[in-house]
Amino acid sequence: MISRQDVEHVARLARLALTDAEKERMEAELSSILEYIDKLRALDVEGVEPTSHAVPLVNVMRDDEVRPCLPAGAMLANAPDRAGDSVRVPRIIED
Amino acid sequence: MSRSRGFEVIIGLEVHAQLLTRSKMFCGCPTTFGAAPNSQTCPICQGMPGVLPVVNRRAIELAVRSALALDCRINPGCRFARKHYYYPDMPKNFQISQYEEPLAEDGWLEIEVDETTKRVGIQRLHLEEDVGKLVHEGAFETAQASLVDYNRSGVPLMETVSKPDIRSPEEAAAYLKAFRAVLVSLGVCDGNMEEGSLRCDANISLRPRGASELGTKVEIKNMNSFRNVKAALEYEVGRQAKALAAGERIVQETRLWEAERGYTRSMRSKEYAHDYRYFPEPDLVPLRLDPAWVDGIRAALPELPRATRQRFIDAYQLPAYDAEVLTQSRALADYYEEVVKALTAGRAPSAALPALGEPAKIASNWVMSELLRELPADDEAAIRSSRVPPQNLAALVMLIADGTISGKIAKDVFKKMFETGESAGTIVEREGLTQVADEGELLAVVDRVIAENPKAVEDFRKGKAAAAKALVGQVMKATRGKANPALANRLVEERLRAV
Repeated sequence: MISRQDVEHVARLARLALTDAEKERMEAELSSILEYIDKLRALDVEGVEPTSHAVPLVNVMRDDEVRPCLPAGAMLANAPDRAGDSVRVPRIIED
Repeated sequence: MSRSRGFEVIIGLEVHAQLLTRSKMFCGCPTTFGAAPNSQTCPICQGMPGVLPVVNRRAIELAVRSALALDCRINPGCRFARKHYYYPDMPKNFQISQYEEPLAEDGWLEIEVDETTKRVGIQRLHLEEDVGKLVHEGAFETAQASLVDYNRSGVPLMETVSKPDIRSPEEAAAYLKAFRAVLVSLGVCDGNMEEGSLRCDANISLRPRGASELGTKVEIKNMNSFRNVKAALEYEVGRQAKALAAGERIVQETRLWEAERGYTRSMRSKEYAHDYRYFPEPDLVPLRLDPAWVDGIRAALPELPRATRQRFIDAYQLPAYDAEVLTQSRALADYYEEVVKALTAGRAPSAALPALGEPAKIASNWVMSELLRELPADDEAAIRSSRVPPQNLAALVMLIADGTISGKIAKDVFKKMFETGESAGTIVEREGLTQVADEGELLAVVDRVIAENPKAVEDFRKGKAAAAKALVGQVMKATRGKANPALANRLVEERLRAV
């Protein structure tokens, strides 16, 4: 079951500010999702390798070759704020 | 020992090395250092929706090469994972790394401290992508904003985690040095710590001697040189020992080394809980490395620094110190051996060479003191930039051996060779530096000096041997250092006795 603390913890990790009403809703919705996944536990998976990819593919690699980049301006156009060629973000100093 | 107050010090190091690829780990952006900010990005390394990263084969090859050199077990299969965290150095809010199935595990690296060798275990070696670079706008204390350059995000990084086998700050520095030498000699990383190609974090804890449980560990970041690693860990040993001796508890945290101020400070991040919510990267299918490919990489491994070092000691009778310095990079070791070869092979070594000493040791002295003084570094790029090829350095040594120039003048000639790229012979001839070894020519100078210094002659007669030395000095001065010193000595003595 998902507790109120679990919801708050996950929300903080995802940098989401939830209202009390939203927290309540999430608590219920996430719990029911987990309950559904719990049904999978009933399956016998003895000897079955955990699956990370559904396609039977391995070793997809490319040669070490340089390809054109985005022009700096195009990339910076997505930034909310910039200073010269740099993206400008609010003060992030851990203290 | 006093610094640790009798506690046992336990250190593990995490080293991040930028691999020498042309393009990034999962996209074709270049990895060149020093480009204009944000000029080397694309939708893939920016993490735009719908893009598909693809693994750079060369990065895997370089990591396999490193893992083999460190005697790791290459895992038959490995997978990439997303490591989630919110920080502006990564625009997509996760970093592609490896978690449960790293590329390689369980190796070791040999280090030497105080002439004792020991093996430090390697726990794991995995690949990941580097993140962007943040610079505070203005002074640290007053900064209102940070500036981000994403050129580095997506550059291939190899992370190698040691086992907690390191027992002192000296051993930590020795580990990092040995590790760097291995990577540089493999051509896997340029080893440039200033540019951040090689970065090191440490986990350090103390425990009472004899205890079997580990103490609370602290992670130290921001140590970007061998000297800083040693200094930061020494500081931290002292800090923790003092706290433990006073009965305090050590807080598990991350601390930053402030190199200029000489202390570590807590990052005091309340939620530094490592809650990264790893899960397999759905866009990158697993790797199952072909054993034949791995064997091919193994067969092509060059001789490793430790082996070269031992060979230099055995084959050339070099002191351990010389062998250590000369094997910091493959290029330097090769350069040295070329000098020795040129001095001993081909035309028979100059008959006079043995008078100077063993050719191998002479070559070592010149490479260590003169060449390394002029070169900006000891890596391949620096050696390649040298305008004095090994054969030219050997030719210069030959000029000393056969008496053409004195050792003192040879050092000046070397500087000029380094600046101009000219051969020793050309410089010596043009500047008329040939040693005056002609007895008749030198005798005339000696006679003149003796005639001009009657007081020194008088002193010599009264039994002051030092007076002869002063006269030899005058002869050297009169010939601008070009007189053969042994000959000048003999002639002065002979003349003084004859007067």
